[in-house]
Amino acid sequence: MRYMLLFHYTEESEESIGAERMADGMRAFAGYAATLEQAGILVYGQVLRPSSATTTLTCADGEPRIQDGPFADTKEQLGGFVVIDVPDLDAALEWARQAPPAAWGGTVEIRPGAVHIEAGMWVPS
Amino acid sequence: MTGERPAQVAERVARASFGRLVALLAESTGDLQLAEDTLAQAFEQALTRWPRDGVPDNPEGWLLTVARNRQRDFWKSAAHRRSAPLEEAADGGGAAGPLDELDADAIPDRRLALLFVCAHPAIAPNVRTPLMLQTVLGFDSADIARAFAVPAGAMSQRLVRAKRRIRDARIPFAVPGRQAMPERLAPVLEAVYGCYALAWPRRGDGGSLAGEARYLAVTAACLLGDQPEAWGLAALLTLASARATRPDRPFLPLDEQDPSDWDRRLIAEGEQYLRRAERPGRAPGRFQLEAAIQAVHCDRARTGVTDWQALRTLYAALVAVAPSLGARVAQAAVEGRTESPAHALGLLDALPPERERFQPYLATRGDLLARLGRHEDAAAAYARAAALTTDPAVRTFLDRRATELAAAACRPSP
Repeated sequence: MRYMLLFHYTEESEESIGAERMADGMRAFAGYAATLEQAGILVYGQVLRPSSATTTLTCADGEPRIQDGPFADTKEQLGGFVVIDVPDLDAALEWARQAPPAAWGGTVEIRPGAVHIEAGMWVPS
Repeated sequence: MTGERPAQVAERVARASFGRLVALLAESTGDLQLAEDTLAQAFEQALTRWPRDGVPDNPEGWLLTVARNRQRDFWKSAAHRRSAPLEEAADGGGAAGPLDELDADAIPDRRLALLFVCAHPAIAPNVRTPLMLQTVLGFDSADIARAFAVPAGAMSQRLVRAKRRIRDARIPFAVPGRQAMPERLAPVLEAVYGCYALAWPRRGDGGSLAGEARYLAVTAACLLGDQPEAWGLAALLTLASARATRPDRPFLPLDEQDPSDWDRRLIAEGEQYLRRAERPGRAPGRFQLEAAIQAVHCDRARTGVTDWQALRTLYAALVAVAPSLGARVAQAAVEGRTESPAHALGLLDALPPERERFQPYLATRGDLLARLGRHEDAAAAYARAAALTTDPAVRTFLDRRATELAAAACRPSP
């Protein structure tokens, strides 16, 4: 069963927390990726650029409306995610607990997958 | 079993085996709703088939086979395939061969895993006890709604959502390992205790929810084997049941009860569970302490007196590990015996403001004030306690105390 772990946390930069802590964070993410890979459960992972770089589009009366900024303007932002393939929620929770953002006071959302694309076809997750 | 009518057999099996069968039917896919629905269909089929063909040698096995076949029909149905192609779910059903001659004892018991599903941290605390009542004990959602004093529609929706969540998030039907056990067991025991603590309309067949909760607690303790708090809860509910007011009797407070009315067999059983909870050298947990308190009260049946000093020590220990409002009020009542009513009133005054909506606080306050000769204040406290009570027998008692004390307040002191 596939689960997406979504990492929501306060966006920091080298200016706000310093180069050293920034490097620590990147190391923690690298270690996490290696652990998931080693366990053979990692499907995909992605760390995102800050929400200041994001653009949103909505269609009103068929007309696209393009805006700068994220979908939800909150202090904590979606900063990245991984998709893992594990037997059940307890296993997903264990991996969520080990995610670096959990140690930074962030929130890890564990979302079960419904279907995903394989060779152009939707198949159950 | 011979001499029982088929409908009686069906009812007996439904009561004794509902949770066992639901747990088995749901464990592979986590689909509790489908498990309950197909089991209900199997019971319906039994009620038409058994009177005609005779009751099978293994009624549980028969019901399980029929329900599993219904599950497979559902998974195979074209409508289902279109809406959610869960091939793996269909595999999970397993071979549903004729189980008619299967040994009933060979049907595995997965109820414990089901209890851990119902009280999983991913399930909202306010739906854990209702889920247990429905999936393990087979109560219908309208009855559960009444017990929780919420509208039937709201409770039904809450249960449906929780079951969908168990299926969709795939909460595993598993008993946690040793490492996770302490944090996972506590909410399970809380939710079982919640079944007991409910003010419950009596069931037509004479069983009460308190009895069902006791049965769950004892089942959980037996299946877990070595968990002291599980035995503590089993002991607590068994000892408390031993003193329960009979439906045809008026309510009496503990110290006015006649110990010869208590159930000696349940007291002995509860004491046995309490011994199994003991771990020399380890601090007792909340339920074990509450059970020990009940055991001291029950001991009056043997000795004729209440050991208030023992209660005082136990309440001090209980309040240290679980300082609930209920425990602190009960502690004050004991201090009112071992120290003085004035000292106990001081303890009550230190409780947080929500005490004013807590009936045991008001009743205890009324008792302490009465013993200090403050009859008018005592009558007022009892009247407020009565107004907060939903149990008619308890309300009758509290109203009577309020009336007696109001009358005493009008008379000049001797």
